[in-house]
Amino acid sequence: MRELSYSEAALEAIAEEMRRDPRIFYMSTDPILPLLQEFGEQRIKATPITEAALTGIGIGAAGSGFRPIVDWRQVTFCFVAMDQIVNQAAKIHYMFGGQVSFPLLFRATVGGGGRVAAQHSQSPYSMFMNVAGLKMFLPSTPYDVKGLLKTAIRDNNPVISFESSRLLRLKGPVPEEDYTIPFGEALVRREGRDATIVALAWLVHEALAAADELDKEGISVEVVDPRSLVPLDAERIRASVQKTGRLLIADEAGPTAGFSAEVAALVSEDRATFARLKAPPKRVCALQVPIPYSPVLENHVFPDRNRIAAGVRELLKA
Amino acid sequence: MPLSLNLSPDKQREMLRQMLTIRRFEERASADYLAGKIYGVVHCYIGEEAVAVGVCSALEKSDRIISTHRGHGHSIAKGADLKRMMAELYGRRTGYCKGKGGSMHIADFGIGMLGANGIVAGGIAIVTGAGLAAQMEGKGGVAVAFFGDGASNAGPFHECLNIAASWKLPMLYVCENNLYAAQTAAAATHALSDIASRAAAYGIPGLVVDGNDIVAVYQAASRAVDRARSGAGPSLIECKTYRWRAHTERRNQPDPREKEEIEAWKKRDPILALERRLKEEGGLDEGERSTMEREVLAALEEAVAFAERSPFPLPEEAGEDVFSA
Ligand SMILES: Cc1ncc(C[n+]2csc(CCOP(=O)(O)OP(=O)(O)O)c2C)c(N)n1
Ligand SMILES: [Mg+2]
Repeated sequence: MRELSYSEAALEAIAEEMRRDPRIFYMSTDPILPLLQEFGEQRIKATPITEAALTGIGIGAAGSGFRPIVDWRQVTFCFVAMDQIVNQAAKIHYMFGGQVSFPLLFRATVGGGGRVAAQHSQSPYSMFMNVAGLKMFLPSTPYDVKGLLKTAIRDNNPVISFESSRLLRLKGPVPEEDYTIPFGEALVRREGRDATIVALAWLVHEALAAADELDKEGISVEVVDPRSLVPLDAERIRASVQKTGRLLIADEAGPTAGFSAEVAALVSEDRATFARLKAPPKRVCALQVPIPYSPVLENHVFPDRNRIAAGVRELLKA
Repeated sequence: MPLSLNLSPDKQREMLRQMLTIRRFEERASADYLAGKIYGVVHCYIGEEAVAVGVCSALEKSDRIISTHRGHGHSIAKGADLKRMMAELYGRRTGYCKGKGGSMHIADFGIGMLGANGIVAGGIAIVTGAGLAAQMEGKGGVAVAFFGDGASNAGPFHECLNIAASWKLPMLYVCENNLYAAQTAAAATHALSDIASRAAAYGIPGLVVDGNDIVAVYQAASRAVDRARSGAGPSLIECKTYRWRAHTERRNQPDPREKEEIEAWKKRDPILALERRLKEEGGLDEGERSTMEREVLAALEEAVAFAERSPFPLPEEAGEDVFSA
């Protein structure tokens, strides 16, 4: 199968959907050139640096029969649009009794490692998971980003596509034919017996590398990639933990009230899964700090394959 | 009568030195970035030096300013220490932010430099708060917001101009209109080409100034500062200028600007313009100019040496300063 990078696969999903459906249009500061060349200025809008207005305009156009894509680019830029996201996009369908739908895609890159400091690196998806009325996903492969984006564009709700800045250049197989990936379906990336690692995006790859390492020590690890955050596939995660009896959650975000906390709760509040636990769930997350600039500091903040492997060893000791 | 009459030759030479310092600092920062000694992203101010230096020359040390992602120039013009700036760019613990901020986040609150800011328009409200503080302190202090043409389309610009005008805050809003916001031409996102004309909507003075003419910038800023100190309220000053280099030194996006446009603006070098004027007026000779160059480069070398011999932070220092004591 041919290979595409993560960002190429995302672009292809958008271009294919835009060819299929003329109601889709795209708004961002500094438009993406290949899209601009193919679809022109009417559908690929170069906007002022006004994320709050863009988000609101997207909502209004969605409620008026269009299917807008609003690209916030770095997730940190969307914080200036929080009212539009939290008070408006998330609530508008429910609050008005479901009168019309708001098919709207937001895109944002998340993650760190770029030495761009606190205002340009963050993984704040749990802030949005906490808001009822938004769907969202965070893919780990080119295949998934394309399939999930297509599902998102065809969905009749506000959906946030979080895309991992560390993976934008990652290559992987992507079929030529049309496909979609349903929300709420986690994927077992590697089967194992002794422990389950639930990881997101870049950390899926780090978890797989840790699993290789642990395999040499005779430790068999299962790696589960949730892919979509809302809805989150609790079934698949619980099934894996019931099998292995141990759970480690790896997240590029900090632990506090985070995705990792949610997964730990989903697993331990379920009686059947709880009964199979041989050790308390363990979280390997970023430190709970804004992301610092200096490489020494930034490297220290983020979890990686070594910390994940060490975490699994501890789980097995317990 | 030359416009520069009310500026002493000493003061003009000092302005020249500061502009030269900004330029040499950034030439070095760019080279060191490409050499991998500086990380992440660096935005250069080269070509726009007259704005920061012209405005800050009209300020007192106790006045406060805020900057943008393109903040080296404002920092230097407000009197920041080159050593601690360079150390910050190098990610060292002796840097202004102990290695936590980098190029986009130089700040020195001790000299009234409230920080370079990574969020477009992120500083405008903050520095308006500093203007409010100056008004409440009642000692005649002023505060200055530096921001780009791109930022002038964001909500905080409009919200703050309205508040500052209503409350008569001692503020200068200095828009650096370099005609582009990243890859997007201002013409594509602004309904009117003069951002200064928006001042009318808030009932405050709005001036368009040649941002490459430091004397013009200085004079406009001085008048606005006088007005602010006297309690008459804020002004909006739009400085038309141009950045010579790409949006960032990372150059990960194609630069849409025509070569001819860039070259035409380079012919209007703000540093050369002041140099020429000073020489014509007898305020600078070749010898003094080369001494100045040598001194600027020596100070820069000292800053780089300081950065290079400074230690990186310890990894655990990542956990420090999340909260104040
Ligand atoms: C809220 C927000 N949106 C987008 C960005 C990305 N960005 C960084 S600088 C920039 C352009 C800023 O243009 P302008 O205000 O004119 O300043 P200039 O770079 O020209 O000095 C953009 C879009 C950002 N930093 N913050
Ligand atoms: Mg600009």
